[in-house]
Order: sequence, then C-alpha cells, then structure tokens
Amino acid sequence: MKLGANTWVGGSLVGIAIAAAILAPWIALTDPVMDANLMNAELPPSWEFPFGTDAQGRDIYSRIVYGARVSLTVGIVSQICNSLIGVTLGLTAGFWGGWWDDVVSGLTNLMLAIPSLVFALAIMAILGPGLVSLVIALGLTSWSYSCRIARAQVLSLKSQGYVQAARILGYGDLRIMFTQVLPNILGPLIIIATLGMGGAILAEAALSFLGLGIRPPFPSWGSMLSEARDQIRTAPWLSVFPGLAIFFTVLGLNLLGDGLRDILDPQATTRRA
Amino acid sequence: MSAPLLEVDDLHITLQSDGKVFNAAEQVSFRIGRGEAFGLVGESGCGKSITALAVMGLLRRPLAVGRGRIVLDGEEIQHASAARWRELRGSRVGMIFQEPMTALNPLSPVGRQIAEMFVLHQNASWSEAMDRAEDALRQVQVPSPERRIKDYPHQLSGGMRQRVMIAIALACQPALLIADEPTTALDVTVQAEIIDLMTGLCAAKGTAILMISHDLGLVANMCRRVAVMYAGRIVESQPAEAIFATPRHPYTRGLVDSLPRLGERAKRGRQRLREIAGVVPSITAFPAGCRFNPRCPEATDTCRSTAPQVTRLPDGFVRCHHHG
Amino acid sequence: MAEPLLQVDDLAVHFLVGSALKGGIRTLKAVDGVRLDVKPGECLGLVGESGCGKSTLALSIMGLVPPTRGRISLGGREISNQDRMERARQVQMVFQDPYASLNPRQTVRRTLADPLSLHGVTSRTERDHRVMDMLTKVGLRPDHADRYPHEFSGGQRQRIGIARALILQPRLVICDEPVSALDVSIRAQIINLLLELKDEMGLAYILISHDLGVVEHVSDRVAVMYLGRIVEQGSWQEIFEDPRHPYTRALIAAIPDPFHRADARVARAKAHGEIASALNPPPGCHFNPRCPMKAERCLVEAPTLEPVADGHRAACHFRDSTG
Repeated sequence: MKLGANTWVGGSLVGIAIAAAILAPWIALTDPVMDANLMNAELPPSWEFPFGTDAQGRDIYSRIVYGARVSLTVGIVSQICNSLIGVTLGLTAGFWGGWWDDVVSGLTNLMLAIPSLVFALAIMAILGPGLVSLVIALGLTSWSYSCRIARAQVLSLKSQGYVQAARILGYGDLRIMFTQVLPNILGPLIIIATLGMGGAILAEAALSFLGLGIRPPFPSWGSMLSEARDQIRTAPWLSVFPGLAIFFTVLGLNLLGDGLRDILDPQATTRRA
Repeated sequence: MSAPLLEVDDLHITLQSDGKVFNAAEQVSFRIGRGEAFGLVGESGCGKSITALAVMGLLRRPLAVGRGRIVLDGEEIQHASAARWRELRGSRVGMIFQEPMTALNPLSPVGRQIAEMFVLHQNASWSEAMDRAEDALRQVQVPSPERRIKDYPHQLSGGMRQRVMIAIALACQPALLIADEPTTALDVTVQAEIIDLMTGLCAAKGTAILMISHDLGLVANMCRRVAVMYAGRIVESQPAEAIFATPRHPYTRGLVDSLPRLGERAKRGRQRLREIAGVVPSITAFPAGCRFNPRCPEATDTCRSTAPQVTRLPDGFVRCHHHG
Repeated sequence: MAEPLLQVDDLAVHFLVGSALKGGIRTLKAVDGVRLDVKPGECLGLVGESGCGKSTLALSIMGLVPPTRGRISLGGREISNQDRMERARQVQMVFQDPYASLNPRQTVRRTLADPLSLHGVTSRTERDHRVMDMLTKVGLRPDHADRYPHEFSGGQRQRIGIARALILQPRLVICDEPVSALDVSIRAQIINLLLELKDEMGLAYILISHDLGVVEHVSDRVAVMYLGRIVEQGSWQEIFEDPRHPYTRALIAAIPDPFHRADARVARAKAHGEIASALNPPPGCHFNPRCPMKAERCLVEAPTLEPVADGHRAACHFRDSTG
C-alpha cells in the first residue's frame, strides 16, 4: 500500500518523539532532575550541553528527552479519553435520538460554553497537581468537539440505504453503530483527535505555567517553556528548544492524522474496476 | 424552406481534467425551425445537457466550446460576449431545469422573480411588471395567482414550482425554450400536465422547444423530430414516429426494444427484455472507433477502429457503418 | 389455493407532526387502512405517486416502522411476534439508490458474508461458498468479491444489492424502485435478472415502482395506492386493460405513448391539478379534486374497496362504468 508524504513525515516526527520518550534513560546525557549545578546556569549550547542549560544548571537536552514522556502521555492518553467519551456519546445520541439525544446535546452545549482551561483548572484544583491529574483533567474537558462531529455524521448517515439494509438483515443497534456507522465517520474524528493531541500538549504548557501541571523540578516541555518566559531575550535557548519540540510533535501528529485518514479510506487508494 | 431558428453545426465541447483534454461532445449538428419542438435524448454522460448549456452560453471551466458554430436567428453566438449573452438569455432564449428548487431563488417571492424578467429585458416599471407577473402565473394555470405571487418557492409543490419556472422562461416571449429534464423529478400525473402546458403555451406563442431527456417515449410523443446522443455524439436523428417505429442505429433499437411498453404483454405475453450488454462509458474512457462498439451485437473490426460517418436520411441522419 | 405468504390486515400508520406551539399537532395518515396479501412465488406491483404511502407500507412490512393499527403476518405468524432475526430470514429489500445502499468501507465479500455469520453460518468455507454462488447468480465474477463498492458501476452495485437481499434466502423481497436510479440502457438487464431469480429461487416480490411499463411487465397482481389507501386492486390484465378507478386511468393516460399521440380518450382520462397533502386530505373521496368524473356524492362519501369482478376491486362510486 502506497503511503503518502503526510504519513511518512508525520509518522517520522511522532516516531522520534516516542523513541525519545521510551529511550530517555539511555539517550539522555544527565539526570534531568538531580544533575543541577548552579555553576553551569544558563549556558548556551555547546558540545557538553547540546541545547544549553537552564536557570538551575540542568542540561536542557536531557530534560527535553525526559519531557517527551510527559507531553506524549498527556497528549495521547487524554485525547484518547476525550475521543472515547465524545464518540460514544455522539454516536449513541445521533443513532437513538429521543431523550438521550436531548440529554447529550444539553451536556455538550454546557461543556462548549465553559472555557476548557477553566474547567481543567477546577478539576486540577480538586485532584491536586501531577501527571495523573493532568491526564484526567484534560481527558474530561474537550470531548464535546468529537461528540458534536460524531453526532452530526451519524444523523446524516442514518438514512443511508446500507444502514437500513443492516437493520433489515437482523443487525442489532450496537452492531450497526460499530460496524456500519463508525467506520464511515472515522475521517473527521481522526483529524479532531490528532488536533486535540496537539491542543492537549499546549494546554499542559498553560497549566504547568499556572503551577497546576507538572511541578518542578520534574521536566515537561510546557513547564520548561513557562519557566523560560523571562529569559527570552537573554537566553533564548531556554524557550526555543522546548518550543521546537512542541512544534514538531504537534505538527507530526497533525500530518499523521491526515495520512491515517487517507489510508483508511478505500476510495483514496484504489481505482474503478 | 425558411431559415432555421437555431442551427448547431459541428459543435465540439471540450473537458479539461487532470491536465488532459477530452471531447465531451463531438460533431454535434442539428437544426430547429421556428416554433418547432425538437428532442435530444440520451443517458448520463452522453453530452445532451452540456450541449444545452453551450446553446445558452452557460459552459464554465472545465468545459468550453471547441470547434463549431451555434447560430441563433442568423447570429453566431458560440463565442458571444458575456454582455450579449445577458441580453439574449431571457429575451431570446429561455431555459427550464430539472430541479426548480435550486433554480429558483429561495429568498425571493415567485412573483418578483417573474417580474424581474420584464424589468430587465423590457424596461417595465416594477408595478407594471408585477401585474404582468400575475398574468403570467394565470397563463401557466396556477390557481389564485393574485395570492401566489407573494409565495416563496418552498411554499409551493414541485409541480407549481415548475410552472413558475415556465412562466419565468416564457415571460419575454423568447424564440426558443430549452427544457432540460423538466419533469424527471415530478410525479407521473403532474408530469403529463406540465408537458401539455409547455407544448400548449409554446404552440400559442410560436416558441420553439429544445427538449432534453433520457425518456425516449416522452420526447417522441411531444416533439416533431428527435436526435439520439450516445457518448458525446449524435448517433441518429429522425422524425419522432420513425425513431420509434423504425430505429436505424443499434443503440436506438436497443433502447426501444429493451424498455417494457404498456400493452406489449397483453399482445405477446411476457417476453424476456432484449438487453443492451455492457455499461455507458465515461468521458475519460470513450472507446475508439464507433463508441457504441463494445456493446453492439453487430460490431466488426471496422467499428472498433474507425469512427462512422454520417449517412443522410430523408429527414435526418444516422451514424453507423452497417445501417448508414 | 395456496396459503398467502404475506397478509396485511387493516394496516394504518399514522405520524404526529407539528408542535403544540406552531399551528397544533396534526396526524399524517401515511397508510390509512390497507388490506392486501401476497402468495408464495407471486409478484405484486405497488403503484402510486408521492404521498401515497407505498414506501411507508414497505417499511412497515419490513418491521422498520411500527404500525398504528392492524396486523402484518408473514408465513402465518404475526411479525410483531417474530424477532428481527427471524424476520430477516423471511423478508428482505432491494433499495432504489445503488450509490447509497452499500457500505463504502466494506468489500463485497464482507457485505455478503457478515449476514451469514450473524445468522449462524459458522463455517468460513460454507460462507465463502455461498457468497461465490450468489455472486454468480447475480451475474458478477468471483474476483469481484474483494473489491469495494466505488469500483463498480451503478448496475453492478444494484446487482450486489440484490445479492445481499437474497443471501439469507428470504421468501419475500420488496423491490423499491429497483431500476429508476439506473441508466436507461441497463434497466432491462436488472429487470430480467430479477425475474430469473424469482423463478430460480421461488421468491415472491412486492415491486414498488412509478414506471407502469415495468410494473405491467413484471407483476402478476397490481395494487394502486393514493394518499394512504388502496384505490384499485386486481390482476395485471384487469388493471391495465380494464381499469375501473379514475386515478388508475389517469396514471395510464399520463404515460406518453408515441404511437397514439393525440388520443381524445386519453386526454379525457388525465387528472388535473396537484396531489393533495396527506396531512390534509380532501373530504369524501380523496381523489375528488382531481377527478374528471367527480360528482356531488364524491365530495361527501368516501368510497370503499368493493369487488368489480372476482379478485378485481376498486374504490370508486362509478366503478361499474368502463372508461
């Protein structure tokens, strides 16, 4: 099967990030938390410290490599959570209609009206800071987008002949939803999921900045970015490298999403008989 | 014999796709006399609709007129300017489409849409135009026209909307009315009424009709002459009775034979319908030689390699190696 | 006389439309008291225009729309007592639009084999065997099994739709406008195929179509519907050669016949005006506003479906006059 450029480039970028996260203990140069030497504070990039050092004298490269674990976990896991919730609610609401649809639509409208960051903040305030709370909080805030899209897609597909045909052939509701409807609405949902992953990584940055995400001294790209705010002019490497890491990972996720959507669509890869 | 109202001469229409140029229609030639009803019949992709668009100057990229001439009342219009087309459309050539819901402006009352024609082409004032619009609705047999002129398209049924379309198209007494599948989306009994209305009005006003449809029976019933198109070419053109009684081209014959006609089973019992094998070719993959050859039971090597020439008949022509 | 395969008894399907706030809630009587039956191996043609209720009737028989009143029995048992699996093995449907009736993400093989697996055919070899068998029956090739719907033409997709309808070997198949979305030159292929399969597999059909030529060719018996009611019913000869209801005559008169172009008798039989809405049907006989034979009685009294001859019934006060 021929894979498009999207899949290759996106896949490579994401692959690098994932590899960094998994292989962190082996490819990092120093311990990201403990090896702090104030004598080495804010040194520009050099052979010894490829990305320079931060205000505490820690090697930025190693912190980025370990930080990948946080960002990817937050981004991917929370978004999978969002998608599962959103798609299940949207799929069932669109398919069954009635009071369930009213309930779900009401909930969705409510969620869309609340600023997601505020909502995440509220949850973090209850759960306290840390990686797990972060994942839970972000995983519960943005399901409304995929819910809306899933519901709209289901509504337009419900009257298609093949859904009716499946009913007539004896398929039950759940089977129809998951084997007939869901595969045909995946395209937009994948795009939303990958966009959401990027968004979650960025949200982590905001929350960490507010002191509610990953607490120092543990590294996360977002907290590294926020710590470097004041030194943008004097020590740009403090923000550039975490920024680039976020940029390329989010870009890779978006491209991969596009590529995946094309792979899953049989019409994109075959010609007429 | 007087000069024809519309003469289409060796018209070619090109389609640009993926950097390549295809001939969507080729060597299309026909004439329509003043006040005459002429039918153009064919299936999807045969080129009949784009021919109609060409005659209205409505071809847009990726379609364009290639070679050939379109002569309306002595004036060559195939490359007329946009301004000239705006003058011609509505005043000399009217058109009605298959889907009145998309052809009518949903935000404007129907009376106003008819009145626009008088204002634009005949310099009428709005109040005068609205009176004439009410009159036009009466002519197309819409009941209570004085109330209907204020209705919006979505408030009317399909048949009513089509009547409004006819009123708009005929408002300024054009010399030619082009009807592209005007009744395909309508119920059968309503269809019959609309066709009767159209032919009646046009006969009264001396308007010629170019009727485009996939329904050979419908067209043969209301038109004086019929041309059959297949894969971009006219394969046969004959008077209406002859097309049904003595079709010459194997495609026409196949069509006539393959469709069950009312009364046949009573006369001859249920006969297996004579099928036409194969599928309609797409524009990007027209067969070489005679385009019907993959489906023709009489195809020979000549048919597969050389495109057939036109053979003149007493009142028409046929394009076939064997029946020309 | 054979036991009827399908029995529909005083079926009514009413929908509530509108809201209490905007003009009130009204009843749409999509199907309003229909009685008909279909014998094994018989083809019943169901004819009518928009709003006549033929599609709703079909959906009710399929079990997709619950009836408001009345009974539907398949093979002697009421369908409300049958679960959807049992019903699926008795009655199936061929849809009008071949471009929307196949799942674009499933291969042909999967579209045909999944229902078998759902209904208990566990052996993979047997499923494959039956899929190949059915593909050949509908005129497709074995190598078509692993292709996707978008790789086929409209006619081929309709063949796949027919294969899917027959894979569970039902006894009754409802064909809803099976050829109207297809190119004219391939309609004959599909009509011939449907007739062959009917004989080969001993199927009964309900053919819904607005194309009277096709209905006359394929049907054994015909029922004509208007605004939710059957207005005439009989054998195909009776309906087409001796129609007793003005609407049936209007339908026949509306077919353009190139051989009899200006027939006065035909002109007299045509209907006037638009089809009324099923939300607000005219009082008395529903057809009276459009009927060329309308009389005082028709405005007040709704005619019932009464016999004209044995097996031939019409709902018109003037059913005994011919043309």
